[in-house]
Amino acid sequence: MTDHQDFATRENVGTEARSQEDEVVLRPAVDIFEDADGITVQADLPGVSRDRLNIQADRNALLIEAEAAIDMPPGMEALYADVHSTRYARSFVLSGELDAGRIEANLKDGVLTLRIPKRLEFRPRRIEVSAG
Amino acid sequence: MFGSLWSSFDTNLFDEFRRPKGDVDPVTGRTAWPAGIRALRRGTFPPVNVGSTPDQVDVYLFAPGLDPKGIDLSIQQNLLTISGGRRIGADADADYYRRERFEGDFRRVISLPDDVDPDRVEAKYRDGVLRISVKRREAARPRQIEVK
Repeated sequence: MTDHQDFATRENVGTEARSQEDEVVLRPAVDIFEDADGITVQADLPGVSRDRLNIQADRNALLIEAEAAIDMPPGMEALYADVHSTRYARSFVLSGELDAGRIEANLKDGVLTLRIPKRLEFRPRRIEVSAG
Repeated sequence: MFGSLWSSFDTNLFDEFRRPKGDVDPVTGRTAWPAGIRALRRGTFPPVNVGSTPDQVDVYLFAPGLDPKGIDLSIQQNLLTISGGRRIGADADADYYRRERFEGDFRRVISLPDDVDPDRVEAKYRDGVLRISVKRREAARPRQIEVK
């Protein structure tokens, strides 16, 4: 009986905490690199499945938002926690030569890989020098 | 389904953490977690959460991009050791602007409550989270006592 009351109290506290601390958002670690054809962004998003991932891109900006789904038995209490939230968000400013309409995304084992191709006219062309 | 999972996570794991217990971090204003003797510096890969119920103790490692076969798990009494490595493999022809993701070997040692049963451990790797569930011993669970 005591257990039940304790749980109910905790739940109330939880609702309050959620409205006050709704802003707890994790900033995922990323690697970003560029080659001749485009830019690749890789982000660590542990716990995120494909349906909990939202990527928005337009000419100017790229936004990655995601939510982790963690399986937990009911009534679990924390003994230790490094991670305080299940929400991730990070955004970047894009530049004009990137083709935001043709971004490819791949999510595997909690790692997101985004490939942002350059517009064709911005890809470096090899110029042959003919011997005169 | 997700709603209930989220709320259980939110109302337990996170609130427990936010509940003021005296020590407040002067920088973040957050309640400081009492550091375990084997705890690693905050920000060390991979981050870990440990949760408990009367039946079991669950350890969550937030370690994306691992090969599950390369994870080495061992438990001796209540001491859980997890080691492994992550290879990212940099693209030699590319120019890097940011390299924030961890690459290399890691090892974490976590002391679990004394009443866990080292013979009943399950580990699962999904979406980059390694979850290790260790059952508690029967005798240690709270038991209803019938009054005759």
